[in-house]
Amino acid sequence: MHFQDIKERAISQWETMQNSPTPRILVGMGTCGRAAGGEDIFDTLSREIQDQNIKCDLIQVGCIGLCYAEPLIEVVKPGKPSVFYGNLTPELTAEIVKDYLAGDDPRPDLALGTRGEGTLEGIPKLFDLPVLRSQVRISLRNCGNINPESIDPYIANGGFQGLERALGMKRQEVIDEIKQSGLRGRGGAGFPAGVKWQFCYDAPGDTKYVICNADEGDPGAFMDRSLLEGDPFSVLEGIVIGSYAMGASVAYIYIRAEYPLAIQRLVSAIEQMENYGLLGENIMESGVDIHIKIKEGAGAFVCGEETALMASIEGSRGMPRPRPPFPAQSGLWGKPTNINNVETWSNVPIILQNGADWYAGYGTEKSKGTKNFSLAGKVNRTGLIEVPMGITLREIVYEIGGGIPEGKELKAIQTGGPSGGFIPTNLLDLSVDYESLAEAGSIMGSGGMVIMDEDTCMVDTAKFFLSFTHAESCGKCVPCRCGTKQMLDILEDITNGEGRPGDIELLEELAQSLKNSALCGLGQTAPNPVLTSLEYFRNEYEEHIFKKRCVALHCKNLVSFYILPDKCTGCGKCARKCPVEAIAGGKRMVHVIDQSKCIKCGTCFDVCPSKFSAVVKVSGETVEVPSEPIPVKKKEKAKE
Amino acid sequence: MVTTETVQDPQSGLQEEYIESQTADVFSLFKGGKDELIPILQKTQQKFGYLPEPAMKKIAKFTHIPESTIFGVATFYAQFKLVPLGRNVIKVCRGTACYVRGGAEILQKVEERLGIKAGETTPDFEYSIETIACFGSCALAPVVVVNDKVYGKMNVSRVDEILEACKETS
Repeated sequence: MHFQDIKERAISQWETMQNSPTPRILVGMGTCGRAAGGEDIFDTLSREIQDQNIKCDLIQVGCIGLCYAEPLIEVVKPGKPSVFYGNLTPELTAEIVKDYLAGDDPRPDLALGTRGEGTLEGIPKLFDLPVLRSQVRISLRNCGNINPESIDPYIANGGFQGLERALGMKRQEVIDEIKQSGLRGRGGAGFPAGVKWQFCYDAPGDTKYVICNADEGDPGAFMDRSLLEGDPFSVLEGIVIGSYAMGASVAYIYIRAEYPLAIQRLVSAIEQMENYGLLGENIMESGVDIHIKIKEGAGAFVCGEETALMASIEGSRGMPRPRPPFPAQSGLWGKPTNINNVETWSNVPIILQNGADWYAGYGTEKSKGTKNFSLAGKVNRTGLIEVPMGITLREIVYEIGGGIPEGKELKAIQTGGPSGGFIPTNLLDLSVDYESLAEAGSIMGSGGMVIMDEDTCMVDTAKFFLSFTHAESCGKCVPCRCGTKQMLDILEDITNGEGRPGDIELLEELAQSLKNSALCGLGQTAPNPVLTSLEYFRNEYEEHIFKKRCVALHCKNLVSFYILPDKCTGCGKCARKCPVEAIAGGKRMVHVIDQSKCIKCGTCFDVCPSKFSAVVKVSGETVEVPSEPIPVKKKEKAKE
Repeated sequence: MVTTETVQDPQSGLQEEYIESQTADVFSLFKGGKDELIPILQKTQQKFGYLPEPAMKKIAKFTHIPESTIFGVATFYAQFKLVPLGRNVIKVCRGTACYVRGGAEILQKVEERLGIKAGETTPDFEYSIETIACFGSCALAPVVVVNDKVYGKMNVSRVDEILEACKETS
């Protein structure tokens, strides 16, 4: 069947569905949707629809990005805008079926927003909500809109038109189009994708390889997972276009085994593309052969580094090697190879479809287009977001993210995972683009963005990242293997209250030498969390070392608990719960914590009834309390 | 780390024929190329739940890769286990989002309750604790996964509840 016929059929199917008199419900069933209870909601819907004998189609879709509102459904009734409902429980779902599907009450009290033409009274338009208003969906264009397990909806929504156009162009013309679009590598470093393609294209040799890096290893990052689960076809189409442009006939997707749903959807998508002649031999009758193979990673963070990744595909320990030669000259099995990450590939088809100038219309002068971020940590609206380059961090945290929970203060924004850094609040108006983030000492990174509030200790968080890179260091080069260990030891001392004068200077020296001498990106960027926290939060290090004080009250060895004599009523709860019997007291006696016995578990702090709040948590100071239990003052008793 | 010396391997009595037939099943899917080593190890681990030494020796013969190299690859990647896991595997996420929302305290509590450290298995092979770099479900942080069931928005006081749930199912 010609692609033209396939396309026409897919479009007519899609239109039939859009205009169908049968209502349909789209259920978010990405990994986080499922983890939040999406399957229960799906089951409830199936049962309710059957029980009440309602005609309705149920469709599983990927993540629309509003993770904070999962489980999430979209109800589409003919002639009306569709309605999104979030934070569902099986009970609420049943109510929606009864009131809106069977009846005609869209339940504005439960609805998040509407999509499509028309309005419903009392329900805002979804894309007018602060969380979505400033987002631009290019890479995530199909996520949450189409069924990711079926190829036809993708085709009906413009899928494979980019490939169709590319196959009609010369290879060099395709590369020029990507260059002109200004697309830069979304894996973090931001190297211009078209230039990288050119290197591979120009390299001599008949056998070339293309790789999609889906080894999303940064803790706190889930953009690529959501994209692969929600729209696998766009990534695959991008890979096919790139393989054609560079003259590769085999492409690999290196994906972490921790993402079973993404793997399953890729496998199914590849099969469907092969059946339609969009992958394999003689793609779209152009005479071009391209095959895509999936390689499952086996759990090694360093395999996100391109030379390590290739070693892993070849079946070896995933250890990096020095560059040059760069993969474009000598990569997989010594052949010219190009590696781009999932998000970069997903942008390729739409650039070919709509043209380079269209894409370059988004973003800043040097950073074109959009960037996906996974917004997580201490923020009200966690989720997967896609924003135009040049947006400010303030807009992301406060408008899209809805600010910090429980009215706490924002302290820092972490971008780029263990290779990135912390950005303090005074840089909130920083433009999100490759250059600005690098200037602030962090990196764009692959898109993890973790928000930290006043309860986060920066020294401890720097230690957390370093313990991660230390554990994931492959051990090949000395600076990384030993440097991360030494830095980690120093940070452990500091957070344990054993920091010494000179530690900060030593940390800086180690960080610089690691940065300059490590073999690969993992080691070279490992000191970034330490360096940026030292730059912006140096006072926290100094307080830990010199005053033995942790301002966030997080570092266990630096906090103490005291029972305030004028608040304690002698109820005895804390003494009964203390796991080490460090609290002395008695009936109607002011209780006292033996500091030498206390293990700082915080149980007393948690169990002291809030009407008394007699237990305080302090750091770097002592609180005047009796040394032994004394009777509770009569006045306090009378008050009760 | 628990080693084979300190625990009784419940499958140490694996019959030679059993290993032979299981590995033969795995090998039938492959040609024996060097680049297939990791997928072969993954399939083998699926069969046994870990990588028994005799099976690794058979892989060496099949792929013509030295045993030492196979051991090197198997120990490099976090996914491969050289000792069997417990019946219940408790995976605690150590991702950044989970960490800032108290993941470390949850891990500590699980370790206390089971009396083993992350990466270890209880002597009765009931429980193993693992840490995972990131589940990519950061919106639900902190996350604990028990035998593939995801518990999101965890807190320390729910640790007992999830351990109880293990008992009921096993």
